[in-house]
Amino acid sequence: MKYGYFPGCSLTSSAKEYDISLRKVIDKLGISFDEINDWSCCGATSAHVTNHKLSTALAMRNIMLAEQQGLDNIIAPCAACYNRLIISQNEIGKHTGIRKETEDLLSVKFKKDVKVFNILELFLKSGLNKIIENRKRELSELKAACYYGCLLVRPAAITKFDDAEEPESMEKIVEATGADTVDWNYKTECCGAAHSIARRDIVVDLSKKIIDDAITHGANVMVVACPMCHTNLDMRQRAMKRKYPDHKEFPVLYLTELIGLSLGMDEKELGIDLHYTNFKYADTLLNNSAKG
Amino acid sequence: MSRKADEIMAADTLKDAKKLQASFISTEPFQESSKEKEKEKDNNKLFHIHERNVSDEISERTFQDVSLCYQCGKCSAGCPVRYYMDIAPNKVVRFIQLGYYEEALKSETPWLCAGCLACSVRCPKEFDLAKFMDAVREIAIEKGVEIKQENILKFHKAFLDQIKNHGRSYEVGLVAEYKMKTLDLFQDVDSAPGMFLKGKLDLLPHNIKNRKEIKSIFKKTSGKK
Ligand code: SF4
Ligand code: SF4
Repeated sequence: MKYGYFPGCSLTSSAKEYDISLRKVIDKLGISFDEINDWSCCGATSAHVTNHKLSTALAMRNIMLAEQQGLDNIIAPCAACYNRLIISQNEIGKHTGIRKETEDLLSVKFKKDVKVFNILELFLKSGLNKIIENRKRELSELKAACYYGCLLVRPAAITKFDDAEEPESMEKIVEATGADTVDWNYKTECCGAAHSIARRDIVVDLSKKIIDDAITHGANVMVVACPMCHTNLDMRQRAMKRKYPDHKEFPVLYLTELIGLSLGMDEKELGIDLHYTNFKYADTLLNNSAKG
Repeated sequence: MSRKADEIMAADTLKDAKKLQASFISTEPFQESSKEKEKEKDNNKLFHIHERNVSDEISERTFQDVSLCYQCGKCSAGCPVRYYMDIAPNKVVRFIQLGYYEEALKSETPWLCAGCLACSVRCPKEFDLAKFMDAVREIAIEKGVEIKQENILKFHKAFLDQIKNHGRSYEVGLVAEYKMKTLDLFQDVDSAPGMFLKGKLDLLPHNIKNRKEIKSIFKKTSGKK
Protein backbone atom coordinates (compact mmCIF):
# COMPACT_ATOMS: atom_id res chain seq x y z
CA MET A 1 0.00 0.00 0.00
CA LYS A 2 1.25 3.45 -0.89
CA TYR A 3 0.76 6.09 1.77
CA GLY A 4 0.37 9.81 1.44
CA TYR A 5 2.77 11.70 3.64
CA PHE A 6 1.87 14.75 5.68
CA PRO A 7 5.11 15.78 7.41
CA GLY A 8 3.73 18.88 9.15
CA CYS A 9 5.76 22.01 9.88
CA SER A 10 7.87 20.72 12.77
CA LEU A 11 9.35 17.93 10.69
CA THR A 12 10.77 20.48 8.27
CA SER A 13 12.47 22.48 11.04
CA SER A 14 12.80 21.86 14.76
CA ALA A 15 12.08 18.15 14.33
CA LYS A 16 14.11 17.58 11.16
CA GLU A 17 15.64 14.45 12.62
CA TYR A 18 12.19 12.88 12.96
CA ASP A 19 11.67 13.32 9.22
CA ILE A 20 15.20 12.15 8.38
CA SER A 21 14.97 9.01 10.48
CA LEU A 22 11.43 8.21 9.34
CA ARG A 23 12.40 8.35 5.68
CA LYS A 24 15.49 6.21 6.24
CA VAL A 25 13.60 3.62 8.24
CA ILE A 26 10.61 3.16 5.98
CA ASP A 27 12.91 2.96 2.98
CA LYS A 28 14.73 0.10 4.65
CA LEU A 29 11.45 -1.60 5.52
CA GLY A 30 10.17 -1.27 1.97
CA ILE A 31 7.30 1.09 2.73
CA SER A 32 6.84 3.96 0.32
CA PHE A 33 4.95 7.20 0.39
CA ASP A 34 4.11 10.29 -1.64
CA GLU A 35 4.29 13.64 0.05
CA ILE A 36 1.05 15.64 -0.21
CA ASN A 37 1.70 18.40 -2.75
CA ASP A 38 1.72 21.92 -1.38
CA TRP A 39 0.51 20.83 2.06
CA SER A 40 0.02 23.56 4.62
CA CYS A 41 0.06 23.81 8.41
CA CYS A 42 -2.73 21.86 10.14
CA GLY A 43 -3.44 24.92 12.26
CA ALA A 44 -1.88 23.27 15.29
CA THR A 45 -2.79 24.32 18.82
CA SER A 46 -2.91 28.02 18.02
CA ALA A 47 -5.80 27.74 15.58
CA HIS A 48 -8.03 25.42 17.57
CA VAL A 49 -7.66 27.32 20.83
CA THR A 50 -8.61 30.63 19.25
CA ASN A 51 -10.73 30.06 16.17
CA HIS A 52 -12.59 26.85 15.55
CA LYS A 53 -13.64 27.46 11.94
CA LEU A 54 -10.13 28.43 10.97
CA SER A 55 -8.69 25.34 12.60
CA THR A 56 -11.07 22.99 10.82
CA ALA A 57 -10.47 24.63 7.43
CA LEU A 58 -6.68 24.58 7.80
CA ALA A 59 -6.66 20.91 8.74
CA MET A 60 -9.16 19.90 6.07
CA ARG A 61 -7.26 21.70 3.33
CA ASN A 62 -4.66 18.95 3.60
CA ILE A 63 -7.25 16.19 3.51
CA MET A 64 -8.65 17.85 0.39
CA LEU A 65 -5.22 17.86 -1.26
CA ALA A 66 -4.70 14.20 -0.40
CA GLU A 67 -8.07 13.36 -1.90
CA GLN A 68 -7.25 15.29 -5.07
CA GLN A 69 -3.93 13.48 -5.32
CA GLY A 70 -5.67 10.14 -5.06
CA LEU A 71 -4.17 9.27 -1.69
CA ASP A 72 -6.59 7.24 0.42
CA ASN A 73 -4.29 6.60 3.36
CA ILE A 74 -2.01 9.18 4.84
CA ILE A 75 0.62 9.14 7.54
CA ALA A 76 0.91 12.05 9.94
CA PRO A 77 4.01 11.35 12.06
CA CYS A 78 3.52 14.42 14.26
CA ALA A 79 1.07 13.48 17.01
CA ALA A 80 -0.33 17.00 17.13
CA CYS A 81 -1.01 17.12 13.38
CA TYR A 82 -2.49 13.63 13.51
CA ASN A 83 -4.85 14.74 16.25
CA ARG A 84 -5.95 17.90 14.46
CA LEU A 85 -6.57 16.01 11.24
CA ILE A 86 -8.65 13.22 12.72
CA ILE A 87 -10.63 15.51 15.02
CA SER A 88 -11.47 17.82 12.11
CA GLN A 89 -12.47 14.88 9.94
CA ASN A 90 -14.64 13.55 12.71
CA GLU A 91 -16.37 16.89 13.12
CA ILE A 92 -17.19 17.40 9.50
CA GLY A 93 -18.38 13.81 9.39
CA LYS A 94 -20.76 14.36 12.27
CA HIS A 95 -21.97 17.91 11.87
CA THR A 96 -23.34 18.98 8.55
CA GLY A 97 -23.12 22.66 9.50
CA ILE A 98 -19.34 22.57 9.91
CA ARG A 99 -19.02 20.36 6.86
CA LYS A 100 -20.87 22.88 4.75
CA GLU A 101 -18.93 25.82 6.19
CA THR A 102 -15.61 24.11 5.60
CA GLU A 103 -16.51 22.97 2.10
CA ASP A 104 -17.54 26.54 1.24
CA LEU A 105 -14.30 27.94 2.64
CA LEU A 106 -12.26 25.53 0.54
CA SER A 107 -14.60 25.46 -2.49
CA VAL A 108 -14.65 21.70 -2.49
CA LYS A 109 -16.94 18.76 -1.76
CA PHE A 110 -15.42 16.05 0.36
CA LYS A 111 -16.21 12.70 -1.17
CA LYS A 112 -13.84 10.04 -0.06
CA ASP A 113 -12.93 8.93 3.37
CA VAL A 114 -9.20 9.62 3.55
CA LYS A 115 -7.80 7.59 6.41
CA VAL A 116 -5.17 9.26 8.58
CA PHE A 117 -2.69 7.05 10.42
CA ASN A 118 -0.30 7.94 13.19
CA ILE A 119 3.25 6.63 13.36
CA LEU A 120 2.42 3.76 15.71
CA GLU A 121 -0.31 2.51 13.41
CA LEU A 122 2.12 2.67 10.49
CA PHE A 123 4.57 0.28 12.10
CA LEU A 124 1.90 -1.97 13.55
CA LYS A 125 0.16 -2.23 10.20
CA SER A 126 3.27 -2.71 8.10
CA GLY A 127 4.19 -5.60 10.34
CA LEU A 128 6.61 -5.78 13.22
CA ASN A 129 8.15 -8.80 11.55
CA LYS A 130 9.76 -6.51 9.05
CA ILE A 131 11.64 -4.78 11.85
CA ILE A 132 12.59 -8.07 13.45
CA GLU A 133 13.78 -9.57 10.15
CA ASN A 134 15.91 -6.54 9.28
CA ARG A 135 17.40 -6.10 12.72
CA LYS A 136 21.17 -5.62 12.68
CA ARG A 137 21.69 -4.70 16.31
CA GLU A 138 20.27 -6.04 19.52
CA LEU A 139 19.29 -3.04 21.60
CA SER A 140 18.80 -5.14 24.70
CA GLU A 141 20.88 -2.76 26.82
CA LEU A 142 18.22 -0.13 26.35
CA LYS A 143 15.43 0.18 28.85
CA ALA A 144 12.93 2.42 27.18
CA ALA A 145 10.15 4.45 28.75
CA CYS A 146 7.58 4.74 25.96
CA TYR A 147 6.02 8.17 26.15
CA TYR A 148 2.76 8.67 24.25
CA GLY A 149 1.85 12.10 25.53
CA CYS A 150 -1.68 13.32 24.99
CA LEU A 151 -2.50 13.48 21.37
CA LEU A 152 -1.68 10.03 20.02
CA VAL A 153 -4.24 8.16 22.06
CA ARG A 154 -6.80 10.78 23.00
CA PRO A 155 -9.69 11.01 22.49
CA ALA A 156 -9.88 7.23 22.24
CA ALA A 157 -13.38 7.39 20.76
CA ILE A 158 -11.84 9.02 17.67
CA THR A 159 -8.28 7.68 17.56
CA LYS A 160 -9.71 4.17 18.02
CA PHE A 161 -6.46 2.31 18.23
CA ASP A 162 -5.22 2.01 21.77
CA ASP A 163 -6.25 2.56 25.36
CA ALA A 164 -6.28 6.23 26.37
CA GLU A 165 -4.89 5.64 29.85
CA GLU A 166 -2.79 2.52 29.51
CA PRO A 167 -1.66 2.24 25.89
CA GLU A 168 0.69 -0.55 24.87
CA SER A 169 1.21 -0.27 21.14
CA MET A 170 4.49 1.62 21.32
CA GLU A 171 5.91 -0.98 23.69
CA LYS A 172 5.20 -3.65 21.08
CA ILE A 173 7.13 -1.72 18.45
CA VAL A 174 10.02 -0.92 20.76
CA GLU A 175 10.26 -4.55 21.82
CA ALA A 176 10.46 -5.56 18.17
CA THR A 177 13.74 -3.64 18.01
CA GLY A 178 15.08 -5.83 20.80
CA ALA A 179 15.06 -3.04 23.38
CA ASP A 180 13.46 -3.56 26.75
CA THR A 181 10.58 -1.42 27.97
CA VAL A 182 9.78 -0.33 31.49
CA ASP A 183 6.45 -0.09 33.22
CA TRP A 184 5.87 3.45 34.44
CA ASN A 185 3.21 5.98 35.40
CA TYR A 186 3.53 8.95 33.10
CA LYS A 187 3.06 7.43 29.63
CA THR A 188 0.18 9.74 28.83
CA GLU A 189 0.80 12.64 31.21
CA CYS A 190 0.98 16.04 29.49
CA CYS A 191 4.41 17.72 29.00
CA GLY A 192 2.90 21.21 28.76
CA ALA A 193 2.70 21.08 24.98
CA ALA A 194 2.34 24.44 23.24
CA HIS A 195 3.14 26.42 26.38
CA SER A 196 6.82 25.80 25.61
CA ILE A 197 7.53 29.44 24.78
CA ALA A 198 4.92 31.54 26.58
CA ARG A 199 4.95 29.54 29.85
CA ARG A 200 8.23 27.70 29.81
CA ASP A 201 8.10 27.43 33.60
CA ILE A 202 5.08 25.11 33.37
CA VAL A 203 6.67 23.00 30.65
CA VAL A 204 9.88 22.63 32.64
CA ASP A 205 7.99 21.43 35.73
CA LEU A 206 5.75 18.99 33.90
CA SER A 207 8.51 17.57 31.70
CA LYS A 208 10.81 17.17 34.68
CA LYS A 209 8.17 15.06 36.47
CA ILE A 210 7.86 12.85 33.42
CA ILE A 211 11.60 12.29 33.08
CA ASP A 212 11.97 11.64 36.80
CA ASP A 213 9.24 9.02 36.74
CA ALA A 214 10.94 7.26 33.83
CA ILE A 215 14.24 7.20 35.71
CA THR A 216 12.58 5.98 38.91
CA HIS A 217 11.20 3.05 36.98
CA GLY A 218 14.57 2.03 35.61
CA ALA A 219 14.54 3.57 32.14
CA ASN A 220 17.77 4.70 30.50
CA VAL A 221 16.12 6.28 27.46
CA MET A 222 12.76 7.80 26.62
CA VAL A 223 11.05 7.15 23.29
CA VAL A 224 8.57 9.66 21.85
CA ALA A 225 6.50 10.16 18.71
CA CYS A 226 5.67 13.85 18.86
CA PRO A 227 7.87 16.85 17.95
CA MET A 228 6.26 19.02 20.59
CA CYS A 229 6.91 16.44 23.30
CA HIS A 230 10.45 15.99 22.04
CA THR A 231 11.18 19.72 22.21
CA ASN A 232 9.84 19.91 25.74
CA LEU A 233 11.50 16.76 27.01
CA ASP A 234 14.82 17.12 25.20
CA MET A 235 15.57 20.78 24.54
CA ARG A 236 14.00 22.03 27.75
CA GLN A 237 16.44 19.95 29.80
CA ARG A 238 18.80 22.89 29.80
CA ALA A 239 16.21 25.09 31.48
CA MET A 240 15.36 22.13 33.70
CA LYS A 241 18.94 21.99 34.89
CA ARG A 242 18.84 25.67 35.80
CA LYS A 243 15.67 25.25 37.82
CA TYR A 244 16.56 21.86 39.28
CA PRO A 245 20.36 21.77 39.63
CA ASP A 246 20.33 18.05 40.47
CA HIS A 247 18.82 17.19 37.11
CA LYS A 248 20.91 14.74 35.11
CA GLU A 249 20.73 14.76 31.35
CA PHE A 250 18.44 12.02 30.08
CA PRO A 251 18.30 10.96 26.43
CA VAL A 252 15.03 11.26 24.51
CA LEU A 253 14.74 9.55 21.10
CA TYR A 254 12.13 9.56 18.41
CA LEU A 255 10.66 6.12 17.84
CA THR A 256 11.99 6.15 14.28
CA GLU A 257 15.52 6.82 15.54
CA LEU A 258 15.35 3.83 17.83
CA ILE A 259 14.13 1.63 14.99
CA GLY A 260 16.91 3.01 12.79
CA LEU A 261 19.51 2.09 15.38
CA SER A 262 18.19 -1.45 15.48
CA LEU A 263 18.34 -1.62 11.68
CA GLY A 264 22.05 -0.84 11.90
CA MET A 265 22.09 2.87 11.13
CA ASP A 266 24.28 5.18 13.16
CA GLU A 267 23.46 8.22 15.28
CA LYS A 268 24.58 10.78 12.73
CA GLU A 269 22.71 9.18 9.87
CA LEU A 270 19.52 9.31 11.91
CA GLY A 271 20.00 12.89 13.06
CA ILE A 272 20.34 11.92 16.71
CA ASP A 273 23.26 14.35 16.93
CA LEU A 274 20.74 17.17 16.40
CA HIS A 275 19.30 16.61 19.86
CA TYR A 276 20.20 18.65 22.89
CA THR A 277 20.79 15.68 25.08
CA ASN A 278 23.59 13.38 24.19
CA PHE A 279 22.88 9.88 23.12
CA LYS A 280 25.47 7.47 21.96
CA TYR A 281 24.44 3.88 21.85
CA ALA A 282 27.98 2.66 22.36
CA ASP A 283 28.27 4.84 25.46
CA THR A 284 25.06 3.44 26.85
CA LEU A 285 26.47 -0.03 26.45
CA LEU A 286 29.67 0.95 28.19
CA ASN A 287 27.87 2.72 31.03
CA ASN A 288 25.61 -0.20 31.61
CA SER A 289 28.32 -2.79 31.62
CA ALA A 290 30.37 -0.57 33.94
CA LYS A 291 27.39 -0.38 36.28
CA GLY A 292 26.48 -4.02 35.95
CA MET B 1 -16.90 36.55 44.58
CA SER B 2 -19.22 37.14 47.47
CA ARG B 3 -20.06 34.66 50.19
CA LYS B 4 -23.44 34.12 48.60
CA ALA B 5 -21.87 33.25 45.32
CA ASP B 6 -19.60 30.80 47.11
CA GLU B 7 -22.63 29.17 48.65
CA ILE B 8 -24.24 28.88 45.26
CA MET B 9 -21.10 27.37 43.77
CA ALA B 10 -20.99 24.81 46.56
CA ALA B 11 -24.52 23.53 45.98
CA ASP B 12 -24.74 19.84 45.17
CA THR B 13 -26.81 19.94 42.04
CA LEU B 14 -27.32 22.48 39.33
CA LYS B 15 -30.99 22.63 40.33
CA ASP B 16 -30.12 23.44 43.95
CA ALA B 17 -27.63 26.05 42.83
CA LYS B 18 -30.14 27.74 40.60
CA LYS B 19 -32.76 27.66 43.38
CA LEU B 20 -30.32 29.23 45.80
CA GLN B 21 -29.41 31.81 43.23
CA ALA B 22 -33.06 32.68 42.67
CA SER B 23 -33.76 32.87 46.41
CA PHE B 24 -30.92 35.29 46.98
CA ILE B 25 -32.13 37.52 44.27
CA SER B 26 -35.82 37.49 45.16
CA THR B 27 -35.66 37.70 48.94
CA GLU B 28 -33.00 40.30 49.45
CA PRO B 29 -32.58 42.72 46.62
CA PHE B 30 -29.18 44.13 47.37
CA GLN B 31 -28.31 47.77 47.72
CA GLU B 32 -25.84 48.65 45.08
CA SER B 33 -23.53 51.58 45.46
CA SER B 34 -23.49 53.77 42.40
CA LYS B 35 -20.00 52.56 41.57
CA GLU B 36 -21.18 48.99 41.60
CA LYS B 37 -24.10 49.97 39.44
CA GLU B 38 -21.73 51.45 36.92
CA LYS B 39 -19.69 48.30 36.94
CA GLU B 40 -22.79 46.23 36.50
CA LYS B 41 -23.70 48.32 33.49
CA ASP B 42 -20.29 47.74 31.98
CA ASN B 43 -20.66 44.03 32.45
CA ASN B 44 -24.01 44.09 30.82
CA LYS B 45 -22.50 45.84 27.89
CA LEU B 46 -19.81 43.24 27.68
CA PHE B 47 -21.88 40.17 28.21
CA HIS B 48 -25.16 40.89 26.63
CA ILE B 49 -24.06 42.11 23.26
CA HIS B 50 -25.61 39.04 21.80
CA GLU B 51 -29.15 38.22 22.66
CA ARG B 52 -28.21 34.65 23.30
CA ASN B 53 -26.49 33.87 26.51
CA VAL B 54 -22.95 32.62 26.67
CA SER B 55 -24.00 29.24 28.00
CA ASP B 56 -26.22 28.50 24.98
CA GLU B 57 -23.53 29.85 22.71
CA ILE B 58 -20.98 27.42 24.14
CA SER B 59 -23.40 24.50 24.02
CA GLU B 60 -24.04 25.22 20.37
CA ARG B 61 -20.42 25.68 19.37
CA THR B 62 -19.31 22.52 21.12
CA PHE B 63 -22.31 20.37 20.21
CA GLN B 64 -22.86 19.46 23.85
CA ASP B 65 -25.09 20.82 26.56
CA VAL B 66 -23.12 22.72 29.20
CA SER B 67 -25.54 21.45 31.85
CA LEU B 68 -24.33 17.87 31.23
CA CYS B 69 -21.49 18.41 33.70
CA TYR B 70 -22.53 17.39 37.22
CA GLN B 71 -19.47 18.81 38.95
CA CYS B 72 -17.83 15.64 40.19
CA GLY B 73 -14.43 17.30 39.84
CA LYS B 74 -12.68 14.33 38.23
CA CYS B 75 -11.41 16.57 35.43
CA SER B 76 -9.73 18.98 37.82
CA ALA B 77 -8.28 16.19 39.93
CA GLY B 78 -6.33 14.89 36.96
CA CYS B 79 -5.59 18.16 35.20
CA PRO B 80 -1.80 18.49 34.79
CA VAL B 81 -1.96 22.28 34.83
CA ARG B 82 -4.47 22.73 37.67
CA TYR B 83 -1.76 23.96 40.03
CA TYR B 84 -1.06 27.00 37.85
CA MET B 85 -4.68 27.98 37.25
CA ASP B 86 -6.70 30.59 39.13
CA ILE B 87 -9.83 28.45 39.29
CA ALA B 88 -10.30 24.72 38.78
CA PRO B 89 -11.46 23.63 35.31
CA ASN B 90 -14.78 22.25 36.61
CA LYS B 91 -15.46 25.59 38.31
CA VAL B 92 -15.26 27.34 34.96
CA VAL B 93 -18.06 25.06 33.79
CA ARG B 94 -20.07 25.83 36.91
CA PHE B 95 -19.70 29.58 36.40
CA ILE B 96 -21.05 29.23 32.88
CA GLN B 97 -23.91 26.99 34.01
CA LEU B 98 -24.97 29.57 36.57
CA GLY B 99 -24.59 32.56 34.31
CA TYR B 100 -21.48 34.03 35.93
CA TYR B 101 -20.04 34.63 32.51
CA GLU B 102 -17.64 37.32 33.52
CA GLU B 103 -15.92 35.10 36.08
CA ALA B 104 -15.52 32.36 33.52
CA LEU B 105 -14.45 34.46 30.57
CA LYS B 106 -11.93 36.45 32.59
CA SER B 107 -10.39 33.42 34.23
CA GLU B 108 -6.84 32.43 33.35
CA THR B 109 -7.83 28.78 33.44
CA PRO B 110 -8.95 28.37 29.81
CA TRP B 111 -5.71 29.97 28.66
CA LEU B 112 -3.54 27.77 30.81
CA CYS B 113 -5.41 24.65 29.74
CA ALA B 114 -2.92 22.77 27.59
CA GLY B 115 -5.63 20.96 25.64
CA CYS B 116 -4.29 17.61 26.78
CA LEU B 117 -7.75 15.99 26.62
CA ALA B 118 -7.17 14.02 29.82
CA CYS B 119 -10.35 15.51 31.28
CA SER B 120 -12.35 14.82 28.14
CA VAL B 121 -11.56 11.11 28.09
CA ARG B 122 -12.10 10.70 31.84
CA CYS B 123 -15.36 12.56 32.34
CA PRO B 124 -18.09 10.20 33.58
CA LYS B 125 -20.65 12.30 31.71
CA GLU B 126 -18.59 12.27 28.51
CA PHE B 127 -18.48 16.04 28.61
CA ASP B 128 -15.66 17.23 26.37
CA LEU B 129 -14.15 19.81 28.68
CA ALA B 130 -11.18 20.54 26.42
CA LYS B 131 -13.59 21.49 23.68
CA PHE B 132 -15.57 23.59 26.14
CA MET B 133 -12.34 25.46 26.95
CA ASP B 134 -11.78 26.11 23.23
CA ALA B 135 -15.19 27.78 23.03
CA VAL B 136 -14.64 29.83 26.20
CA ARG B 137 -11.38 31.20 24.79
CA GLU B 138 -12.93 31.88 21.43
CA ILE B 139 -15.81 33.83 22.98
CA ALA B 140 -13.48 35.71 25.35
CA ILE B 141 -11.52 36.91 22.31
CA GLU B 142 -14.68 37.83 20.39
CA LYS B 143 -16.03 39.84 23.31
CA GLY B 144 -12.74 41.63 23.76
CA VAL B 145 -12.37 40.46 27.36
CA GLU B 146 -9.03 41.30 28.90
CA ILE B 147 -6.85 38.20 28.68
CA LYS B 148 -4.63 37.99 31.74
CA GLN B 149 -2.36 35.34 30.26
CA GLU B 150 -1.56 37.73 27.47
CA ASN B 151 1.71 36.12 26.46
CA ILE B 152 -0.07 32.89 25.65
CA LEU B 153 -2.46 34.75 23.37
CA LYS B 154 0.44 36.67 21.81
CA PHE B 155 2.18 33.41 21.11
CA HIS B 156 -0.87 31.99 19.34
CA LYS B 157 -1.27 35.16 17.32
CA ALA B 158 2.38 35.18 16.29
CA PHE B 159 2.11 31.51 15.31
CA LEU B 160 -0.98 32.08 13.21
CA ASP B 161 0.63 35.10 11.53
CA GLN B 162 3.35 32.83 10.17
CA ILE B 163 0.78 30.47 8.71
CA LYS B 164 -1.22 33.30 7.24
CA ASN B 165 1.88 34.64 5.49
CA HIS B 166 3.68 31.47 4.49
CA GLY B 167 1.16 28.64 4.70
CA ARG B 168 3.46 26.87 7.13
CA SER B 169 4.92 27.66 10.48
CA TYR B 170 8.17 29.59 10.32
CA GLU B 171 9.96 29.33 13.62
CA VAL B 172 12.44 32.15 13.11
CA GLY B 173 9.61 34.52 12.24
CA LEU B 174 7.53 33.20 15.11
CA VAL B 175 10.22 33.79 17.72
CA ALA B 176 11.03 37.24 16.31
CA GLU B 177 7.39 38.30 16.26
CA TYR B 178 6.68 36.87 19.69
CA LYS B 179 9.63 38.72 21.15
CA MET B 180 8.55 41.95 19.51
CA LYS B 181 5.06 41.55 20.89
CA THR B 182 6.08 40.66 24.40
CA LEU B 183 9.37 42.56 24.56
CA ASP B 184 10.63 39.51 26.32
CA LEU B 185 13.99 39.43 24.64
CA PHE B 186 15.87 37.11 26.90
CA GLN B 187 13.46 34.28 27.43
CA ASP B 188 14.12 31.15 25.50
CA VAL B 189 17.82 31.74 25.16
CA ASP B 190 18.41 28.04 24.83
CA SER B 191 16.19 27.07 21.98
CA ALA B 192 16.39 29.24 18.87
CA PRO B 193 20.16 29.97 18.84
CA GLY B 194 20.92 26.35 19.62
CA MET B 195 18.67 25.12 16.85
CA PHE B 196 20.44 27.48 14.47
CA LEU B 197 23.81 26.06 15.36
CA LYS B 198 22.51 22.58 14.76
CA GLY B 199 21.24 23.61 11.34
CA LYS B 200 17.66 22.79 12.17
CA LEU B 201 16.14 26.17 11.53
CA ASP B 202 16.15 27.66 8.09
CA LEU B 203 16.68 31.36 7.84
CA LEU B 204 14.03 31.66 5.19
CA PRO B 205 10.43 30.53 5.48
CA HIS B 206 8.97 27.60 3.53
CA ASN B 207 6.38 29.34 1.43
CA ILE B 208 3.69 27.13 -0.01
CA LYS B 209 2.51 27.83 -3.54
CA ASN B 210 -1.15 28.47 -2.90
CA ARG B 211 -0.75 31.16 -0.27
CA LYS B 212 -3.73 32.91 -1.75
CA GLU B 213 -6.00 30.15 -0.58
CA ILE B 214 -4.59 30.31 2.96
CA LYS B 215 -5.00 34.09 3.07
CA SER B 216 -8.59 33.74 1.96
CA ILE B 217 -9.32 31.12 4.64
CA PHE B 218 -7.92 33.49 7.25
CA LYS B 219 -9.90 36.40 5.88
CA LYS B 220 -13.19 34.55 5.74
CA THR B 221 -12.85 33.11 9.21
CA SER B 222 -11.63 36.23 10.97
CA GLY B 223 -15.05 37.88 11.34
CA LYS B 224 -17.00 37.52 14.54
CA LYS B 225 -19.65 34.92 14.64
S1 SF4 C 1 -15.32 15.23 35.09
FE1 SF4 C 1 -17.04 15.84 33.73
S2 SF4 C 1 -18.86 15.85 35.03
FE2 SF4 C 1 -17.09 15.79 36.39
S3 SF4 C 1 -16.75 17.95 36.87
FE3 SF4 C 1 -15.43 17.47 35.13
S4 SF4 C 1 -16.62 17.99 33.31
FE4 SF4 C 1 -18.05 17.91 35.05
S1 SF4 D 1 -7.49 19.57 28.57
FE1 SF4 D 1 -7.04 21.38 29.77
S2 SF4 D 1 -8.49 21.34 31.50
FE2 SF4 D 1 -8.47 19.30 30.58
S3 SF4 D 1 -6.99 18.16 31.83
FE3 SF4 D 1 -5.90 18.97 30.03
S4 SF4 D 1 -5.03 20.93 30.69
FE4 SF4 D 1 -6.62 20.36 32.20
